[in-house]
This record gives sequence, C-alpha cells and structure tokens, in this order.
Amino acid sequence: MAARIPSFTDFLAAYAPDLLPGIRGLGTLPGALPGGTLPGGGSADGNEVLKNLPHATTIVAAACERGVVIAGDRRSTAGNMIAKRDVEKVFRSDEFSAMGIAGVASVGLEFVRLFQVELEHYEKMEGRSLSLEGKANRLATMIRGNLGGAMQGLAVVPLFAGFDEDTAVGRIFSYDVAGGPYEEHRFHSIGSGSVFAKSSLKKLYRDDMTVSDAVLACVQALYDAADDDSATGGPDLTRRIFPVIAAITGDGYRRLPETEAAEYAQRVVDSRMRSPDGPLAPLLAGN
Amino acid sequence: MPFYVSPEQVMRDKADYARKGVARGRSCVALQYAGGILLVAPNASSALHKISEIYDRIGFAAVGRYNEYESLRKAGVTYADVTGYQFDRHDVTARGIANWYAQQLGTIFTDSNKPFEVEIVVAEVGATPDSDQIYRITFDGSVTDEPGFVAFGGQADQVAAALKERFSDGMSLTEALGAALAALAPPPAAGNTGNAGNGAQAELNAAQLEVAILDRARAHRTFRRLRGARLEELLAESRSAPSPAQGSADAATSGPAAPPEDEPPTGPAPGGTDGSPL
Repeated sequence: MAARIPSFTDFLAAYAPDLLPGIRGLGTLPGALPGGTLPGGGSADGNEVLKNLPHATTIVAAACERGVVIAGDRRSTAGNMIAKRDVEKVFRSDEFSAMGIAGVASVGLEFVRLFQVELEHYEKMEGRSLSLEGKANRLATMIRGNLGGAMQGLAVVPLFAGFDEDTAVGRIFSYDVAGGPYEEHRFHSIGSGSVFAKSSLKKLYRDDMTVSDAVLACVQALYDAADDDSATGGPDLTRRIFPVIAAITGDGYRRLPETEAAEYAQRVVDSRMRSPDGPLAPLLAGN
Repeated sequence: MPFYVSPEQVMRDKADYARKGVARGRSCVALQYAGGILLVAPNASSALHKISEIYDRIGFAAVGRYNEYESLRKAGVTYADVTGYQFDRHDVTARGIANWYAQQLGTIFTDSNKPFEVEIVVAEVGATPDSDQIYRITFDGSVTDEPGFVAFGGQADQVAAALKERFSDGMSLTEALGAALAALAPPPAAGNTGNAGNGAQAELNAAQLEVAILDRARAHRTFRRLRGARLEELLAESRSAPSPAQGSADAATSGPAAPPEDEPPTGPAPGGTDGSPL
C-alpha cells in the first residue's frame, strides 16, 4: 500500500501528466534538432521560433530587517523586440514566499501556477505550511523536471524569496536550469540585466536595511539594469508602468500598491536627474 | 450465500449502522452571518480537525469516523486543486464538490459492505449573502441544499431546532457564534463539558471548540480558523452581549431536548461528553 504523498505535482504526474509543464511532446519541436533544421529540410527554423518567444528579464531580491524584498522590471522581449511592456514577473507563491521568473515567460507562468498550487495543496493536506527549505527544494525538483525543455530552448529560472518563520529572517534562493537551490546571502539578481543589477546592489546594499531602504535599493538596481541592458525596462513615467515590488515579512506577503511603487520609482528617477549614474559610493570603505 | 436477505433489509441495516455511527459524535453547525459563513464544531483535539479548508471560498465540515471523512476531505482538496489548476480558480464550486461527494458516498453505500459513517457539509461563501451555498451530504449520498444554516451529526434535529430559533439573516459574527454555541450547548445532565470556569454559561470553552469562518471580505483564500486569543475574545463578546438570544437560549435548548428542568444559569457546568474527534 503506497502512501499518498501530499504533493500536487506528483499527483498530477500520475493522474494527468499532460497538465504538467515541460513534459509535453517537445520532441517534435524543430528547435530540438541541432542547427534548427527540419527533418524534411524545410525552411522553418525552430531556433528562430524559440528565440522569438517572449522572455522575462530581470529580477532582484534583497534581504532586509526581518524580511526580504523582491522586485522585477516590467519588460518582456521577443528576440530584439519588446514583446510586452507591462508584464508581471514577481508572484506570491504563498503567504510567506514569493518568486520571480526569468526565461521563457509562458513556461515560467505555468511553473508559478503549479508551484502556487503545490504549496497550497501541501498546506491543506497536512494542515501546516512547508518549511522554507521545503518550499525551495520543491521548486528545485520542478525546475530540474524541465531540464529537457530547457535544453531545447524553453529555459526558465526562478528566484525564490521568503520569510523563514522559524528564524524570523528573509532568505533568498537561486536556481539554474538543472535545479538547485542555492541559498544566496544578502541579495541576488537573475535574468538578462542581472549582471548590472547585482553590481549596483553590491554598492548600495547595507546589512539590516529597513524594508523601505531595501525597496529603494532594488528599484535603483533595476534602474541600473535598464540603463545598460536593452531587455530590462526602466520605470515608464509616461505610461505609469513601474516595477512590481513585493515585501515579505513576519506579516506575510505584501505587494506594494501601484501608488507606492510609483513613489519609489519617482524618487529614483528624480535623483537620477541630478546624478544619472546613481548615488556615488566612497572610494574606500571604513570611515 | 446461506440465507436470503432482501435488498430492502440490507439497505435498512446499512443505513441504521451508518446512522448510529454518525449519532455517536457531537453535532456541528454551519451558518451564515453578514460577513460570511461560520463553522462551529465541538472538538477537544486541536490537531484532528473536523473543519477544514477545501478551496478559496469553500469550507468543509464533517462528523463521524475520522479516517473516513479525512479521506473524503483530502479527495475533495485534490478535486478542487486539479480543477482550479486545469481551468481557473473561479471554476471550483461547492456544488461541483458536493456532487462529487454525493457520488462517492452513494457508490460506497450501495457497493461496499460497510457504509461510511460520516455526514459532511460543504459551504461556499459568495460575493453577497444571496450567493452563499451550504450543502449537506449524508452517508448514503443524499445531498441537500441548506439555505442559511445547517446542523448535522449527533443530535442534529435538536440542534437544528435550537438554531432555527436564533438564526436570522445578517447577524454579526458575534451573534452568529452566540447562536451556534447556544444551539450546541449540551443538554443538561448528559455529562460534563469540563470545568473551565466559564461560570454562568454552561457552555463549551475555547479549548473544546473548533471554529472557522469563510470571510467574505478576504481576497483569495477566505478560510480562517479562529483560535487562541481571538476565539476567547469572540466567545467573551458573544456571551456578554446577547441577552435576548441568551434568554431564550436555555429555554430553547431544553425545549426540544426535553430535559426535566432548565439548566441553572450558574453553578457547575453540565454538558455532554467532551467533543471527541468522532
């Protein structure tokens, strides 16, 4: 007699595997073939198709005093085109955690949806939430399950941030296409603009920042990413499109309302009007 | 087969067996209040729940045999989660789940030797009180739509009668809880509820109660357990405020229960057996 493990994904894998992301018949996708040629020598280029799928770009996260902040820009790109300028890439996964996605947007959204149900399903079945490590590990298994898809060009990588109720601190976990998780300390960023965002955070981050300061640092980092990475969108003051920002503390997940996000973005843009490269860091530390 | 037993007899025996099993447990109630739906069950265990969340706006309450309703609960959660994942979260309805339970229980009742000794309620909180739904499903798969309130398990008829007197549309949470507790209050001389020192009220205390609400105003997941300090506070409020409801409470409880005399408003707390998770 096999026990029913309270995992929604495992249940679905047995009950309706075609509902799971990543498992569907990718084998027939032209992009799966080396060089992107069709078996019949046709002209449709699978790699081109994959490249032109909308991709989600930059996500940043920073731990702060009794919590963690996660934020994402609003751009998704298809090749060198902007696919959507108001896409959302940061999601609540449960009351005390959130995830951001970078990579193929459609697959990413499916993962978010599945992961949300996974956490909620466990919680309802067992009458308690998974530990933060439990959630991070679960996400790793799901991402690894998509390795086949990733190798065929449907790669998606999440950034997972949550409040650890046992130790009352915010924690950040990163992944690669083969899974993970890798716990990150203090701050991290993923996606096309992550190099710039991380460098920016490196100069801006202080230990024990307040939530508000951490939000500001994240918005600054996204601004720097947008400054140098064409796939990352900056705050759009004309259309009023601002980064999605969420703070997870002991009070739970809280997405900043539009007005509040706008205010932070406005402050950053105003300061960049005076100093386009952002705040200056001292040349030497320790004074 | 050595003897012939008529199908009628088989069904009757099964029904009697199941009914007895259900009647051993204490009654539970589910009722509407202005802000949603309130579910109350006497339950001494804080871990083995009788009341649980099924989905965003749907709650579950059961009486009877724990292992049986627990397996039904888990199946219901799975049904809801798969449906919601496959389509959209709005496409999971109490009606769908109640129907599914009715099918399962009906099949088990006819096909297996031993019927499930359970009675369950599936409640869904709507955007307005008009769209709230409460379904009661019995061991043989009968499903009934219960507008407003429902009492089930144990001495359901008696509790329902007591609840009917106190129930009105648009009650506050405190009033609703007061009504539920008064209806659930064990008839005198049936045992002892415990001596938590509630003084005047011969009633269940917070440790013996499992209380949850489906909160209409909440976004996303509306199910919330009320326990600890929050429940104590509500209990105190519901006991201090409701003179009119309370005045009729004792009389009404004792009415259908037909005890020899009204329970005294003060003195040692009488009551039934502790709410075991049966």
